[in-house]
Amino acid sequence: MANLTLGPKVRKPLHLHDRKLKTLEKKAAEIREDLIDMLVEAGSGHSAGPLGLADVFTALYFHVMVHDPKKPLWKDRDRFILSNGHVTPARYVAMAHAGYFPKKLLMTLRKIGSPLQGHPELEWMESLETTSGPLGEGIPQAVGMAYAGLMDRSPWRVYCMTGDGELNEGIVWEAFQFAGTNKLYNLTFIVDRNNIQIDGPTEQVMPLEPLQEKLEAFGLNVIRCAGNSIRDFVTAVERAHGVSEKCSVILADTIPGYGVDYMEYDFTWHGKPPKPGNEARDALSGLRTLGGKITSEHE
Amino acid sequence: MAKTKQPKPGINKEARLVRHLFNPEKLKQIPTRNGYGEGVVEAGEKNKNVVVLCCDLTESTRSLAFKEAFPERFIQMGIAEQALASIGAGLALAGKVPFISSYAAFSPGRNWEQIKTTIALQNTNVKIAGAHAGLSVGPDGATHQMLEDIAIMRAVPNMTVVAPCDYLETKKATVEGARRKGPYYFRFARAASPAFTTKNTPFKVGRAETFRHGNDLTLIATGPLVYEALLAAQMLSADHGIECRVINCHTIKPLDERTIIKAAKETGAIVTIEEAQVAGGLAGAVCETLALTTPVPVERIGAQDRFGESGEPRQVQEGLGVTASFIALAADRVLQRKLGKRVPKMPAHITVAQERLAAVHEDVMQEALARAPKKWGGKKPNNSLASRN
Repeated sequence: MANLTLGPKVRKPLHLHDRKLKTLEKKAAEIREDLIDMLVEAGSGHSAGPLGLADVFTALYFHVMVHDPKKPLWKDRDRFILSNGHVTPARYVAMAHAGYFPKKLLMTLRKIGSPLQGHPELEWMESLETTSGPLGEGIPQAVGMAYAGLMDRSPWRVYCMTGDGELNEGIVWEAFQFAGTNKLYNLTFIVDRNNIQIDGPTEQVMPLEPLQEKLEAFGLNVIRCAGNSIRDFVTAVERAHGVSEKCSVILADTIPGYGVDYMEYDFTWHGKPPKPGNEARDALSGLRTLGGKITSEHE
Repeated sequence: MAKTKQPKPGINKEARLVRHLFNPEKLKQIPTRNGYGEGVVEAGEKNKNVVVLCCDLTESTRSLAFKEAFPERFIQMGIAEQALASIGAGLALAGKVPFISSYAAFSPGRNWEQIKTTIALQNTNVKIAGAHAGLSVGPDGATHQMLEDIAIMRAVPNMTVVAPCDYLETKKATVEGARRKGPYYFRFARAASPAFTTKNTPFKVGRAETFRHGNDLTLIATGPLVYEALLAAQMLSADHGIECRVINCHTIKPLDERTIIKAAKETGAIVTIEEAQVAGGLAGAVCETLALTTPVPVERIGAQDRFGESGEPRQVQEGLGVTASFIALAADRVLQRKLGKRVPKMPAHITVAQERLAAVHEDVMQEALARAPKKWGGKKPNNSLASRN
């Protein structure tokens, strides 16, 4: 086995000042709004998942990760692997806000010739790190990157976001087993624990609980946090960084469709368009109306 | 020996296709996956051992109809395609007739080894239903578009590979799959496509059907593109007096070699048409057969060693050059070759598609970017966004 004793350097603490927190929360709200504008333009794609993750993406791209949008392939950048590729709209918006590409391109999501492919495609945009969409596959790739990082004693860290339904896939547990055995402490998984998958609530389709105990049994350090609270999430990342002998998993409890009243917690929203008219507009509580223009891609 | 009289060029009456074949207003558009949904319920009624397994895609694969009709025989797998195949094999070993359904990109895309070992090698009675095959998932992009399934499944011993041409044929293929013993892969699509066969159209696994008579060349097509082949044949006949034979080769394995060799002998030129990689696909199967028996010029319509991309299904199909106008270009080239004329090294049906795709990229992107609002660096007011209406 490679010598994995020396890894990422100790970094500046991530402590979040109140003023910074306010800025981040404002950014998350902007991202949500742009996300809806973009999805309505595209006319198809997932909505509930990305909305629920806007806070996590904001925290990652604007506070947690060491990266340089102007130099997306800078060798010491933190790697962010999106395993649940279908939530990529939220990542695209966060990346546009961070300066990876002009915001104008948000108009072209899912259109022919656009670098903003329906599921993230490395061939179309190299700053995405991986192509994803087929579930479960980001996790082993993140494990491989983290292992290489430790082998080379690289200063960068790996963050890998996964869905919860995605944990149904067997390949995920093969990768977790490897991450636990090899103590990949430069790798932090973020599980979007929103409790929904396409056919229904995760605990009805294929129960995951007791998830924390399962992950711990694989030798992973598990931290729970409220995924729609930026402060809580950043604290969880700090705690993950603080553990230097285990790979960490942050179980981020998120609310699917967060910010759009009638979408929150509702897995069925996927399969039906929002009701047009005043009813829909009223329900949008602060966010823009979708006007019934986004269709589900899993129809 | 007297030569048998060739039938008159034109639609084969015995194929019993719909009467309004080329009337876009009357021709119904139905997704082939609906045929699976109805067929699997019918199979379940006929045989109580039929069970359906699904990977968290109950509605979109159309397994939902079976779940509602026979809730006790529906098995929710969660998102686990490798277990889907192996558990399916276990059920079959215990006497069930499992239909395992997911998107073709993941089953057989992800679980090919499990299919090979637990389904094909053991020769278990598992029916693999590959939904959303081909390019019809459009905007989802290359990860979800399955173009390699015909090649990878055709290579597996014991496997039957079927790509029905429309909704009704998918229904027949589903019912037939339950009746046959052994591993059975069939693919169908998400988007609506012309429903042009009738309940009287003959369908037998392993037998290709001639949908149109003609002796200048043969178009051998599989899946919903059979309709594009008929359109191309119609165009060529009306505009140039070229009479194409059109064969619906729904079963790619076992291939109906007799019909294909006969077509090669009688027409001397072949174009294969599929919404899949030509390498190893229907094109591969036809070329292998003809090279060993009746070498004649062949041109191939399908994905030419490249992936799909996000876009409207029709745009992506045209981008890959699989629609009627490209079939006509391929037909022209194969006729030139049949006549011994020189042809350009790169076929026009490939180069024209590439050029056209580049132009479509440009147009679509420019159109979208021109509508960018101020807040995203464009010139239009923010309230011009569709979401603000």
